[in-house]
Amino acid sequence: MALVQTTRTRFQLPDWATPTFIVGGLVVLAWLAATAFPYWLAPHDPLELAGRRLQGPSANYLLGTDALGRDVFSRMIHGARHSLPIALIVVTSAVVIGAGAGAIAGYRGGLIGAAIMRLVDITLSFPPMLLAMAVAASLGPGLGNAGIAMVVVWWPVYARLMRAQVLEVREREHVEAAVAAGAGHFRILTKHILPLCWTPILISATMDIGQVILLAASLSFIGLGATPPTPEWGAMISDGATYFYSWWIAFGPGMAILTVVLGFNFIGDGLRDYFDPRSSK
Amino acid sequence: MTAPIAEADGVDALLRIRDLNVGFSGRNGTLPAVRGLDLHVSRGEVLGVVGESGSGKSLGMLASLGLQARNALVSGSVRFKGQELIGRPRRELRALRGAQISMIFQDPLSSLNPVMTVGDQIREALYLHNRQMTKQKATQRVLDLLRLVAIPQPQGRINQYPHEFSGGMRQRVMIAMAVANDPELLVADEPTTALDVTVQAQIMLMLRDLKDKLGLALVLITHDLGVVAGHADRVAVIYAGRVVEEAAVRELFADPRHPYTRGLIASIPKLTMSEDKLYSIPGAPPMLGALPGGCAFHPRCAYAQDVCRKVEPPTHRVGTHKSACHFAASLPAWNGGLGAAAPENGAND
Amino acid sequence: MPNDRSRRGGNRGTLGKAMLNYILRRGIAMPFILLGIVTMAFLLTTVTKGDPLTAVVSEQQMNNPEIVAAARQRWGLDRPLPERYLIYVGNLLRGDMGTSFVTRRPVSTDLVARLPATFELVLAAMIIGSVVGILFGLLAAYYRDTAIDQVARLFSLFGSSVPIFWMGLALLFVFSVYFQVLPGLGRIDPRMSPPPVITGFMTIDTLLAGDMTAFRDALAHLVLPSFVLGWTVAGTISRLVRANMLEVMEREFILTARAKGAGEIRVVLRHAFRNILVPVLTVISYSFAYLITGAVLTESVFAWPGVGSYAVTAARSLDFPAIIGVTIVGGVMFLITNLLTDIAYVLANPRVRLN
Repeated sequence: MALVQTTRTRFQLPDWATPTFIVGGLVVLAWLAATAFPYWLAPHDPLELAGRRLQGPSANYLLGTDALGRDVFSRMIHGARHSLPIALIVVTSAVVIGAGAGAIAGYRGGLIGAAIMRLVDITLSFPPMLLAMAVAASLGPGLGNAGIAMVVVWWPVYARLMRAQVLEVREREHVEAAVAAGAGHFRILTKHILPLCWTPILISATMDIGQVILLAASLSFIGLGATPPTPEWGAMISDGATYFYSWWIAFGPGMAILTVVLGFNFIGDGLRDYFDPRSSK
Repeated sequence: MTAPIAEADGVDALLRIRDLNVGFSGRNGTLPAVRGLDLHVSRGEVLGVVGESGSGKSLGMLASLGLQARNALVSGSVRFKGQELIGRPRRELRALRGAQISMIFQDPLSSLNPVMTVGDQIREALYLHNRQMTKQKATQRVLDLLRLVAIPQPQGRINQYPHEFSGGMRQRVMIAMAVANDPELLVADEPTTALDVTVQAQIMLMLRDLKDKLGLALVLITHDLGVVAGHADRVAVIYAGRVVEEAAVRELFADPRHPYTRGLIASIPKLTMSEDKLYSIPGAPPMLGALPGGCAFHPRCAYAQDVCRKVEPPTHRVGTHKSACHFAASLPAWNGGLGAAAPENGAND
Repeated sequence: MPNDRSRRGGNRGTLGKAMLNYILRRGIAMPFILLGIVTMAFLLTTVTKGDPLTAVVSEQQMNNPEIVAAARQRWGLDRPLPERYLIYVGNLLRGDMGTSFVTRRPVSTDLVARLPATFELVLAAMIIGSVVGILFGLLAAYYRDTAIDQVARLFSLFGSSVPIFWMGLALLFVFSVYFQVLPGLGRIDPRMSPPPVITGFMTIDTLLAGDMTAFRDALAHLVLPSFVLGWTVAGTISRLVRANMLEVMEREFILTARAKGAGEIRVVLRHAFRNILVPVLTVISYSFAYLITGAVLTESVFAWPGVGSYAVTAARSLDFPAIIGVTIVGGVMFLITNLLTDIAYVLANPRVRLN
């Protein structure tokens, strides 16, 4: 009896580990592995010209070859390198900039706060894709510039979120106590307010990673992101559109984007269920 | 002195509930919320159904009309004018609801749709049971109904939304909606609980008045014995999903034959009593999944014996009462309070 | 507190007044936001590293300083930045967005010619997305935790995870090339003579011209792109509908409706759904941002001659007047949608408070 009890508790998963969360986590882990060790996982070099062009899927070339005779499957594996890290960097930068600006706007208010929030309002009044395109076009093609464009588009989201959090936490009693105790502004903000503001921002950031991956691939697809011969998924699909009847060229990278974004969305979904049961019940 | 309940009891009643069971399937089997409920109400009668919240009094009535939650399991028999309702197709139940049997609920604010005008909501009740009615005729009828429940200036009120009404006025709207199709039975579930004390009496008088005017039978579900004392003809006391005592209202108060009824009566506040002397039944009503064995009331009962812990008492006829207590016939004489009968639980001075 | 009554929407007269006040206030704020949008769009193009002249001057001629200088002067690129800004704003006020480097036509002319195509696509996608999203959301909420719920959930997650340009290509391949049940690129078969432009909506113009064959063709051309585009927002909408429906179906007035004898369809649509119209309207208008984003990609995949494909060409060729123009128009459409949403709120919810 006691034994049954212990085994049961030992294998019990924590609450947040819903089936969707686990599936999403596994998919993302697999793609992270591809990011870390693409040369182990890919059978061919992504830039190697295999000889025969536009070959359909075969045992040697699982997803066929593209217009230059490169192995689509290997390029798909290598594509993770040009997608996941940049998405993580973009989201992290946007969180740091946005949360910083939001914290200042929420805590200080005044002219600086107002200026920050007007900038947020104006930035958010553009359709994100159009703004990202305009910025990326101004900066010139290249994945790095596309990344900067996405940070420009994304930081106001976190600024708004953070400001709302800070405004709410600022009114709590422990902050008033700290003020009464004579703590400095910097100390109050970093020790007493910010630690209580992070959860919603982190959830939101996790769910945004997938969206950033999509946006990056979109920019590359229309020629404003990665440049050839980089094996970037969006650019590969763009290739596939050119050689439309060789459907396999676009199939692999499309599935790659779909699965990795789905993975992040599954994780975000699980997190949301856990932290905000109201949204799904 | 005691006798089992005859099968024919209440057979001619307007609504007759026999052995109604409602349970919820949970992880550890079915949780019984209503356990063998027996009730009946006749034409023109006011039946008070009394119990604490969670006793199953509302659920029993809802399940009778097919309004239980989707995961509820219902069995037993509910006959309305001799026709069985349990297992009836949903369509036929819908045709009954709001036409021959109506309900009003506790909180008139949350019971009215906030984004529909009051007029539309009453009109809908009419339309649902008479698709041929012209809009003009329906509006005329809505105005008549609003006048019937004494809402001043109905013309101006008909296009307003529930949030523009006061609590008492909203409950009048609910009542107007409930009697729109001249029902034969009105089930009022805690109709005055959410209202101000001054308004409570108005609503109760209105319900009684309508009962006489329209020849309704009224089921008055409440936790408040005071309401029942003033307005019911007959009373059924419910505890843990079953009727523990039933009698005409005068007899119930004069000589309660179940310890739970005695506790309830003793806990009615009286003007002559100071607040610290107010009696309350010790303990708390049982949880759904943790019904005590034997008589469900025994852990809170001053008269409990060994048999009460082991055997669930059947319902017996004791004089004009029905009671589900092993000692229904032999309880000490009632003196209006529990002070003498059960000193260890009574109010101390 | 004369305002208090109107805020609560005491009756229809005061409600209208509050509404008017609100729209006025928004109307006053709007020029300022617009100026912000214009300024930002303009500034964006000044940080550029690429030389916009490459769009007008061929590579060979770039080596000829005379031609370069002439082109600079011709396009006003030799003037100082503040002056260029003032000129741009001044021209904008007269409806002049400059001349496209690529098409050599006024940007405003290009945009006016292409906007209807985008509107037609976005509108069709919005309708498909809303209808499908609401339907799935209602089903998922009503049949909560059943297989139907799971399918709806997967469908919505897919919609927000799939790269829309890839989905477009895949559907083109399957329906247009493989099964050949739907036409491919563009708005109408190039062998057909297009109807005279009246509304700019191909479907409506063909109808107005009384050409049923052309109408069917235009409609068939609209199916794939609007479905692809609509799917991306259907998921978001269905999730929101589900969550809100679950909440509202627990409310007591639902029991009242059932006790009245209302059938389940009436309970769900007339009583429950009507109560969640405000959040649904919010998410539909919010989805507009996604639709614009998606339209850019969908239009490039389907060779749809709208503003989206125009923007892509402009961005690729550093056609800055066109880029600024498109960005400003996008921002303005955004503002207008938000204002319309706010108005719709008031109509949908009698208790809404404006502040």
